[in-house]
Amino acid sequence: MPDLLLDVKGLETTFKTPDGIVHAVNGVSFGLKEGETLGVVGESGCGKSVTMLSVLGLIPSPPGKVKEGTAHFFGRDLLKMTSAEIRQIRGAQIGMVFQDPMTSLNPVLTIGRQLEEPLVVHLGMTRAQARNRAAELLAMVGIPNAKDRLSDYPHQFSGGMRQRVMISMALACSPQLLIADEPTTALDVTIQAQITDLVKRLRSELGMAIIWITHDLGVVAGFAQRVIVMYGGFIIEDSIVNELYVNPTHPYTIGLLGSLPRVDASGHETLTSIEGSPPLLYEKPTHCPFAPRCKWAMERCWKENPPLETVAPDHRVACWVDVKTGRAR
Amino acid sequence: MADNNVLLRVDNLVKHFPIMRGLLQKQVGAVRAVDGVSFELKRGETLGLVGESGCGKSTTGRAVLQLYRPTSGNVHFDGTDLTAIKGEELRAMRRKMQMIFQDPYASLNPRMTVGEIIREPLIVHKVATEAEANERVKQLLELVKLNPSFSTRYPHEFSGGQRQRIGIARALALQPSFIVCDEPISALDVSIQAQVVNLLEELQNEFNLTYLFIAHDLSMVRHISDRVAVMYLGVIVELSTRDELYEHPLHPYSQALLSAVPIPDPVIEKTRQRIILTGDVPSPANPPSGCRFRTRCPIAEAKCAESRPEFREIKPGHFVACFFADRYL
Repeated sequence: MPDLLLDVKGLETTFKTPDGIVHAVNGVSFGLKEGETLGVVGESGCGKSVTMLSVLGLIPSPPGKVKEGTAHFFGRDLLKMTSAEIRQIRGAQIGMVFQDPMTSLNPVLTIGRQLEEPLVVHLGMTRAQARNRAAELLAMVGIPNAKDRLSDYPHQFSGGMRQRVMISMALACSPQLLIADEPTTALDVTIQAQITDLVKRLRSELGMAIIWITHDLGVVAGFAQRVIVMYGGFIIEDSIVNELYVNPTHPYTIGLLGSLPRVDASGHETLTSIEGSPPLLYEKPTHCPFAPRCKWAMERCWKENPPLETVAPDHRVACWVDVKTGRAR
Repeated sequence: MADNNVLLRVDNLVKHFPIMRGLLQKQVGAVRAVDGVSFELKRGETLGLVGESGCGKSTTGRAVLQLYRPTSGNVHFDGTDLTAIKGEELRAMRRKMQMIFQDPYASLNPRMTVGEIIREPLIVHKVATEAEANERVKQLLELVKLNPSFSTRYPHEFSGGQRQRIGIARALALQPSFIVCDEPISALDVSIQAQVVNLLEELQNEFNLTYLFIAHDLSMVRHISDRVAVMYLGVIVELSTRDELYEHPLHPYSQALLSAVPIPDPVIEKTRQRIILTGDVPSPANPPSGCRFRTRCPIAEAKCAESRPEFREIKPGHFVACFFADRYL
């Protein structure tokens, strides 16, 4: 499909550890249209961050290794690029925001210096031009007295303010794609609301595509157009947002939504927890990765790993079982 | 005490941490972490204590248990004023009140086996012989749904959820009547959170436990609590029964906090009105005069800077500290 901004196919990434090889991502394929917002949901260790880091060429090697797959961005395969080539894309055409704004900023450089750097490197601005643009960017993300604050250091900003700085930095070169990895997880809810509100506004002003990685199904509900759910290094469900929440189809997605209490729901009924814990991935699963925790698992689930199949328009699921009937699909 | 059913009564609890400066370590100020907090807990009840980071909710929990000696105020537990006793007398009271910590990685000694960890309170308080203690460890592990044979293993062999169960078993060892749960699930994955919360609820029903459940996850607090207190910058701004508070919040801070919590439902999320608070929480070392929330409050007036609004019972069982709460009745 030519209209895809990012087209990832068959991505596999492993890590060498003292205990053996961890199969973190096991054949992940997804596409992203221009201007689309994609939520990537899953628990720690499901491979959601590693998938995006692989695409960006940010997997430390060794111990990590992108073994298989392609990731076409504007028709060019990011995984085949040299580190010099991909550096031209990262920060310029693809902006990134990470979870912890304190460790992603350099503590000994002023915010201004750090904001000006991509402008000078990628856009070839002079220092003076970059300085003016940096002030505009800080103002754009709602930091008061932007011009004066350029000479401040990261520790002089609060957590929410730092994340605003990170967002302004990610958007400095007007990227076509913003990848945000748990950008609000370290923040309090009222600050989280400020940040999601800000990103929504910037999205409508700048029109970039967004990949928003999170473990919180609540955050992406009001934000993404499409959501993929990951488990054990696989995509197990991929759906447009409304369909996913109304009609979750994979037993893991159903379990995840069931174990989430809602702030708008009264009642003391027991949460439907998922028993057991996520897989360790020392071996690449040959069966469905969720089978050990699945109450619907049948014989086939232990023999073959189900592929993603379309169950409704814009809704794909990797499961052998139709949970509505409890029988094979 | 008047009401026999009240297990814990906290009166005007204050905890200030001194700020020292200079060679002679002169006190130059104080972090007013908890600044006049009062509440009651009935036997078998769960009081949820919510607020953002730095609001003093954990300090409140610790000051109640006398892990921090309060600067002033009283804590009546089971008819005894804990602030008036010390030494052996206090140690004897500690058997009845325990704590479950946030970080299951930091709160278990890595050099002790699970059995030793759970046994330790029994030995310290000299309530069991070695043989009795071993038997009790087995019972406790079963109680928290872990295999009794795990008692010879070390904490690093367990996942986060399992470690939290070990922490719960340790807290239950002395058969306490009151447990402070300080963010017991926030370090866990979503599917594991539900397991731990369900376990805490089962144990409460079985042993008629009283919980002070400290958390920043408002959805989970609504699920587990009977009554909920909202804290902001060292004070409780609102306290009421669970559904009353979540459905009719009267303090502007509670309203903003609740509106900021994402709901995992795209249809609701699209039409929901958020109250976005501007700015950050002020420093507790230098809190605003009058109402603590006035610097971020959308309805603040001149009067709010002059005096602190009284924490008053505006409806039966519904307490709020705001001059203008009647507007929302």
